[in-house]
Amino acid sequence: MARVVVQDAAFDVGAEFAALTAGRCDIGGIGAFVGTVRELSGGQRLAAMTLEHYPAMTAAALARIAAEAERRWDLLGCTVIHRVGRLEPGAPIVLVLAAAAHRDAALAATGFLIDWLKTKAPFWKKECFADGAAHWVEARAEDDAAAARWSEPD
Amino acid sequence: MGAASLHILYFAWLRERLGLGEESLALPEDVDSVGTLIAWLRRRDDRFGAIFAEGRLVRCAVNQEFAGPDTPLADGDEVAFFPPVTGG
Repeated sequence: MARVVVQDAAFDVGAEFAALTAGRCDIGGIGAFVGTVRELSGGQRLAAMTLEHYPAMTAAALARIAAEAERRWDLLGCTVIHRVGRLEPGAPIVLVLAAAAHRDAALAATGFLIDWLKTKAPFWKKECFADGAAHWVEARAEDDAAAARWSEPD
Repeated sequence: MGAASLHILYFAWLRERLGLGEESLALPEDVDSVGTLIAWLRRRDDRFGAIFAEGRLVRCAVNQEFAGPDTPLADGDEVAFFPPVTGG
């Protein structure tokens, strides 16, 4: 069963890793991805990024993405944590952990989870710059292409 | 029995542009799908015409599930309009 959390506060990667693996001797590998706020956007220096979401939908959307990962790979556990609110450059935004008996499943599931999350979970980023300008980040075709890599034949 | 109604939510630049995060709407008689709701909103007010104008990508969810123009609408549904998602 996946652990899926949406929160304002920072997450503790070590604590999440410990919680995922506590008392388990069947796990052979854990894939991990941490997304962080990049300071430069289009050559401009970011003051902060604000993450908005659709609370009634977000947790269910993340749980559905995690369930799809569990359907495709033999996972022994997974954790998805996404932050919302105002985040400054360098701050962690998202954590994905996927545990499996072997590395192939752990690494593939980690890539799948972050690629699908970026295109199928209702979060929106707003960039705020030092001079007071602000704009909503546009969806990137590269992210759609990354998610499409995981589409299954009909 | 109360009048049939929809609850509509707007997110990100749509919310800012409209100055509106959510509204409840008596279900208009000629609205039975996402597509007919969008057409009705565009007729109601120029600001909605602008946010749904061609070339601006707007996505939709009905009862917290991604939806398209053909998705049917019924009394009590929650409809959300938002830009393509950019989390992660």
